[in-house]
Formats: sequence, structure tokens, C-alpha cells
Amino acid sequence: MDCVVTGGNVKVLAKAIHSLSRIGDELYVEPQEDGLALRSVNSSRSAYACFLFAPLFFSRYTIPIGLAFRCKMAIKSVQAVFRSIATLEKTVEKCHIELDEQNNLLTFTLHCKHGLVKTHNLSFQDSESLQAVFDKDSYSNVFRSHPRLLVDAVVHFPPSLEEVTVSVSDDRMWVKNHVEDETDRSKAMLTELCLASDEFEHFSVQVQNSVTFCLKELRGLLVFAESTGLPISMYFDEPGSPVVLSVTDSVLEGNFVLATLSDDSNLRKNNTKRACTPPPPPDDFMNDDMDSYLIAMDTSVMPGPSASRPPSPPLTNSTSLKQTAAANHRTRPPSEEEEEEEEEEAVDSSGPPNKKFCSLFFGSVLPPSSQMTTQPLTGQEVLASDSEDDVQ
Amino acid sequence: MPLSTQSQGDAEQYVLVASLDNARNLSNILKAITFKDHAIFSATPNGLKVTVEDSKCMQANAFIQSEIFQEYTIKEDSVGFQINLTVLLDCLNIFGGSTAPGVSTALRMCYKGYGYPLTLFLEEGGVVTVCKINTQEPEEPVDFEFCSTNVTNKVILQSESLKEAFSELDMTSEVLQITMSPSQPYFRLSTFGNSGNAHYDYPKDSDMMELFKCTKTQTNRYKMSLLKPSTKALALSCKVSVRTDSRGFLSLQYLVRNDDGQICFVEYYCCPDEEVAED
Repeated sequence: MDCVVTGGNVKVLAKAIHSLSRIGDELYVEPQEDGLALRSVNSSRSAYACFLFAPLFFSRYTIPIGLAFRCKMAIKSVQAVFRSIATLEKTVEKCHIELDEQNNLLTFTLHCKHGLVKTHNLSFQDSESLQAVFDKDSYSNVFRSHPRLLVDAVVHFPPSLEEVTVSVSDDRMWVKNHVEDETDRSKAMLTELCLASDEFEHFSVQVQNSVTFCLKELRGLLVFAESTGLPISMYFDEPGSPVVLSVTDSVLEGNFVLATLSDDSNLRKNNTKRACTPPPPPDDFMNDDMDSYLIAMDTSVMPGPSASRPPSPPLTNSTSLKQTAAANHRTRPPSEEEEEEEEEEAVDSSGPPNKKFCSLFFGSVLPPSSQMTTQPLTGQEVLASDSEDDVQ
Repeated sequence: MPLSTQSQGDAEQYVLVASLDNARNLSNILKAITFKDHAIFSATPNGLKVTVEDSKCMQANAFIQSEIFQEYTIKEDSVGFQINLTVLLDCLNIFGGSTAPGVSTALRMCYKGYGYPLTLFLEEGGVVTVCKINTQEPEEPVDFEFCSTNVTNKVILQSESLKEAFSELDMTSEVLQITMSPSQPYFRLSTFGNSGNAHYDYPKDSDMMELFKCTKTQTNRYKMSLLKPSTKALALSCKVSVRTDSRGFLSLQYLVRNDDGQICFVEYYCCPDEEVAED
């Protein structure tokens, strides 16, 4: 792998990496034919982000032939290469990314003014492909606005705020902080703001509903979008299916996929809905029926589809991820997840279905595609398949 | 100017009197070497030298020539004492260290000799403060025996580019490796940290390189913890000279311009790390 980024694009690359660092601790790097994919996911698998840089973003883009290469590394190490954005802007002329397969090193070479050359040889680990399965184009509600609008909206919420609820009607969007039911409402500060559809560049609501998701992880994208001036598009469907925020231009695409709280309704609709219970106390296996903060993740070792293409039916491949409200005590990388551990989480009053549901987590490699045709294309059902579909 | 309240009689007793209209011309440079509490002051007719050492492996010296002072009187060939540098800096900044233009603290430093405290008269805006700081028996600073005849490699760089490198150094690396060579990579700073290694290469023909005189390829490692304090001196300086001798000892000399544009020097010496450096 041999890529060169020049001029102002170095800063864009650096900013993307910094914004991914707001999601998770590891950076997944996968050079693909359609571009370089940089991804990150949080430990509870409720937030995922991917930046895809098209070959045209680079002044040279050569990827390894043959077996797809993918790796992951501590995101802090990569951030150290691009530590100071201000300095990058002023002094870096080009950035060369090369793979040294023999030594398992990914080398970032920054050619700076005055002849200074900074070389960072970073070690990496092989990893499985990390791709969330989602189909934003099929979502009912689509919005697009200049990043300033969202940044200005978000500024009203304290940085520590975890969750916000976004509700839409035909011509308005409300953003308010999400307060747990059990919190004494008289003690909590409730903030709500309303945006009219004409503040957006595009505002299309097919289903009037509300989604609740974690705001913190979004801030990375907001910073990126604001600094690059790219409009942010927001897609969501029903509660329980993820909300996707993206930025695109001709040479890059960034998608931030955040799981949303699912509705209170039936428990067993495709095993996807759960009782909306308050987030469980940390480390309490018994309460793991929580809210379904879930994003289907495709962690197969097969060359997966890129995140922007319609998902291959996720079900058996997909792994549904649960969020424990407190940081998930399990922080192992997906490839190491054992099925039995998942089962622990499933112990709850809902009974068997959950167990089976959980056993799909991080399922290893997948059944042949023939099986997929029996499943409805549940692009937005980013959760586990029917319990009948017991994949082991 | 200020501080003329002292009687003539007092002046007779001091072996050293040094005055500055702007105490920052002393305090700023002392900040560049404050990584330990204690410093050895050594005054000669040429000026003042302040030395701070760390574990006998590293030494920093700040030189303030007599010309920098508005008044500099010394009655002996050499006057030396040890003093708590942190306390001294606190006193020099006793008026809050404001950087408002036109406002400065004037200083008169007086020392009566062995056993006496160092007396500081500080004045700002008509308010005078007198500080007396106890002195101790000066320890003999380590002689690194670094002499120009033994120097194998020397470069002089503009501080700007080195500042960037030092601020980005991977602090998870225990050592800073310096390679100097008449051939590629010429001048290289390397770190070996948790996530991998990093190299900063300065070519000999860079316009940041004011002087490049390397006679043989040398790679030496120095403990990062010992060199990190030198970043303060680097931050103040406009030029730095990096020299290594045949034993691998490192000498960093920083040219610092004070508020009035006068030149002072700060120098760091460091022993190479005992483990054999790989080439």
C-alpha cells in the first residue's frame, strides 16, 4: 500500500482521524478499490464511524494486490502523527502512507517545509473488516444542513450530556435532552429547541417520529464538518434503527452511525424491539435486556461490501451489539468475542429469544448467500434476525 | 533609578551587587533551567552563571553577562552560593509578573558573602519589596569535560523547526536518540515509544540549518526525562547548537534574546544512556 496526500488534504485527513478518535480507541484501516476506509467503533458498539477517501483524494493511491489488507491500530498513535493541525497546515507539504508488510508497520512520512522529514513507523494488528450495516438511502427521514446549524443547536447542551432526542414533524425538528424516566423531572434541566424546516437545505419527513441517541459521539463529526464546511446530512427511520449522519464531497464520504433507543413496544418483533428500560447499572449481567442500542456490524473476514453500498443481508453475518449504559465492561475487539459471553448478557426476563439473539453476536463467518434470500431485506432492522434463524 | 534608598554604607558590605531595570531579563532565563529546586550561583567579573544539575548526568547553565546588568559590581574574583531557585523565581515575580508594556519590576540583587542571605530589592510602581533568601554552601558542579577539541559533530539550527519536533516527541519513549552524520540522514531525532518509532530528519542543506559540521556518523541515546526540560530553553531561544563529542556526550547551546534584545546563553550537557546504542 502506497498513498500520498498533498497540500490541504493532509489537514482533512488529520481532522478525520481526530474526529474518529471521539468514537473509539482503535482506528481500522482498510485500503479498498474505491478508496481508503478509516473506521472506528466505540466499545459498546453503539457508535460507528467511517471515512472513505476516494483515490482522487490522493495524489498517488496504490493498494496491495491480491488479498485485501486491513489492520487496526491505537488511534492515539495515529493522532500523534498529526498532532497539531495548525502546524500541519503551515508546514506539511505532503504525507506518504506506506505499508511495510515484512515488519508489520504502517509508515506515515510527513514531508515538511525546510526539508524536515518526519517518519512515524506504527505497528498494527491484523483485523477483521469492520463495517456497519445500514442503508441510509432507505430511511424515511432525510435532512441536510450547513454544519453551523447543528453546531449552534448542540452548543445549548452541556458537553456532558449523553443523550438527545430528535423529533420531527412535517415542518419542524425538535432537539431536546433525554432524561431518564426515573430522574426527578423537577431536578433535571430540560432544554428543547426547535428548528424550522426552512433552516435546512433539505427537509423531508415521511414518518413523524423521534429518535434518541448519544450526542457525545456526534461531536467529532460536527467539528469535522464545520472545519471543512461540508453540509451534514442526517438520516433516520424509526426508533431502534440507527441514525446516520454524513458528510460528502467529491473525494470523501464520512458516515457516523449511532444506535438509537428503541421504542417501548412489543418485545418480539423480529427480536428487535425491547422494553424500553432504563439503562442498567454497570456490570450487572442480569439487567442486560436493556434498551436496544444496536448497530449491526459485519465483522466477517470476507471482503465485505463497503459501507455505502446497500448492505448484504446482514442477518447471519451481522452482529448486533448491545450497549450497556456504563462503558461496556467487555472491551475486547470484535474478533475475539466469544459467543458464550454474549449469552451472559441475555439473561433477563424476556427469556429465550434474547439468548438466541445474543448468540448472533460477533458470529464468525457466514453462511452462504442463499440463506439471505429468505430474509426480508431489513436494511433498517439493524438488529438480530428472527430467533428461528439460529445461527451457531 | 529606583532603589537608591540604600545608604552608601551598605554598599560597602556587599561582595556582589547586580541591578536590572527589568527583572524579567533574569527571571525568564532562569525559568529555562528550573527543573530542580536548587541552583548554584557563580558570579565572576564576566557575569553570572547559574547551574542546575540532575543526577550527575545532566547539567544546565544559564549565562547572564555583566553587560546585561545596569549595575554589576563584584569585589572578589569569584562568588558562589547555592540557593533555592523556585523561591528566587517566586520573589522575582512577586509583583505578579505582569507583562503590561512599560511596566516592569526593577531588581537589585545584593550578597554580602559566605553565610549571608541573598538580598533582593524589587520595585514596581513605587512599591518596594525586600526579600532575603538563605544561601547554602555551593556544591561543585560536575565538570563534563566537554571541550571543543573533542567535538566530533556540530550543527546549528534555527530553533523554530526544532521546537516543533520537541513539542511532538513521543513521551512514551524512554530515550531520545540523536544521529549525526556527514551522510544521510545527517541529523536525526528518534523516539521508540509504545506505538512504534518516529524519526525527525533535518537535511544538511535545509534553510533551517545554519551550520553543519559532521565528521563521523554517531548515534547516541539520551534519557528522555533528562532532556525534556531543555524544551523550555528551546522555547525561549532563536538558535541552538547541537554538539556531540567522541564519548557521545551531548552539548546543547541556546541563544536567547531577552526583552531588550540582548543576548544570553543557556547550555545543557547530557551523558549518553549507558546501554549501547544500536546503529
